[in-house]
Amino acid sequence: MGGKSDKPLIVKGKRLDGRTAEELRPFKIKAGIIKQADGSCELEFGETKVIAGVYGPKKVLPKHLEENTRAFLKVTYSMIPFSTSERNRPGPSRRSKEISKVIKDALAPAINLEKYPQTCIDIHIEITNANAGTRTSAINAATVALIDAGIEMRDVVASIAAGKVEDQVILDLFQDEDNFGQADLPIAMMPRTGEITLVQMDGDMTAAEIKKAIDMCEKACLKIAKVQRKAIIDEYKNNEVKNNE
Amino acid sequence: MNNKENSNLKDYLSKLLKKKIREDGRKPFDYRKISVETGILSQANGSARVKLGDTEVLAGVKIGAGTPYPDGPADGTLMVNSELSPIASDRFESGPPSPASIELSRVIDRAIRESGTIDVSKLCIKSGEKVWMVFVDVYPINDDGNLFDIGLIAAMAALKNARMPKYDEKTEQVNHRELTKDKLPINEEPVMCTFGKLDGEIFVDSTEREELVMDSRLSIGITKKGNICAMQKGGEGTITSSEMMDMIKKAQELSKDLRKNL
Repeated sequence: MGGKSDKPLIVKGKRLDGRTAEELRPFKIKAGIIKQADGSCELEFGETKVIAGVYGPKKVLPKHLEENTRAFLKVTYSMIPFSTSERNRPGPSRRSKEISKVIKDALAPAINLEKYPQTCIDIHIEITNANAGTRTSAINAATVALIDAGIEMRDVVASIAAGKVEDQVILDLFQDEDNFGQADLPIAMMPRTGEITLVQMDGDMTAAEIKKAIDMCEKACLKIAKVQRKAIIDEYKNNEVKNNE
Repeated sequence: MNNKENSNLKDYLSKLLKKKIREDGRKPFDYRKISVETGILSQANGSARVKLGDTEVLAGVKIGAGTPYPDGPADGTLMVNSELSPIASDRFESGPPSPASIELSRVIDRAIRESGTIDVSKLCIKSGEKVWMVFVDVYPINDDGNLFDIGLIAAMAALKNARMPKYDEKTEQVNHRELTKDKLPINEEPVMCTFGKLDGEIFVDSTEREELVMDSRLSIGITKKGNICAMQKGGEGTITSSEMMDMIKKAQELSKDLRKNL
């Protein structure tokens, strides 16, 4: 946010990468890519690339974090050093700690945590290539990894950001639009009920623009959820073939 | 608090909220009484001590000089930090900043930064070499809930109270002992309304006991024009899009009264 782009970001209704206002970047999701993990997922959203791994339900360490009535959910979002234009110092930053927290809050409503008391579910998310929308991609990937781990879920969580660029509300910002835009509004929701599990926003928007942005995100989340489900079904079929051989 | 006590508290508060009343007699969209004192600490460039019911927050501004970031060689910098010191609640522990304290500082920072509150282009001393750096520290002294809304009021009050230190052109040093009459270049007054949701009931300005058991919260930063400059959802519950639009409308109404405290 903030800076000014030296070229217009939207020309005749088309964005710099040729998309219309409401068009998503091409994306693909693959489940089951880490053998050691209980569940895993690799996701590409345009140039943003994410890997998520789930370990658990497992023993809680340190023990004092254990909860008697539900599982302890731990989310670690991190950007690997070569995922950004300037090298990203390894280790948790204030930004990544905040994002880990909001991702945990976004996923928790969908997980049946009460089913796994006195255990820990560990979700690790690594951003391997960052081009805006890393937290939303992280949520999309983590959801698939959780289902892949066989953890009981109430619904999938699908996530996407809308934003405001040159006074227009647009969907799924990429790097330049994120850097030079007027607002960014990431959303996560459970498509079955339409309940929102993540909201963040920065920039400047009117209430009407926010309404428009949320409507766009709702539609996009339905599309994303379909691909998430397909990734799980594909992985399941894949395993079935292997087991039969 | 153990699980049993927690669920008893939740039942109790939720029953009250269904009758549109709170434990302390407030209606769902009433704020507790706010009081603001400024200019109370002589070492700080600007300071404020703010109360919201029993919640109390101290905010201080320090202004120094330093090298600008490469992407804004002529822009001053702003940094908002908060620390949840164990003095304010037995839920806080000393040590490295917890996710909750990082979230608090970053959400307050976002509301100030994204609304363009401070015109950083006016904080240049020598382009590419030296700019003013503004540090805002928010220290809760007593946490009885809703640190987001009152933390932003404290930060804004301290920023508005701040005076620039003297800069000696010859020695190129900042003289921290002498404050000028110049204020910071402030052109916006963002305030924040944080809503809680408990068993489907929405309310504003939660107490510590309400925060312990509520399902989710949404903080909404509002500018003078009534636009939205920051939002953050928290808690492991959900909200619907229509609830969210209602909260935005309510925040726009409530922001006018909140801003009177600045």
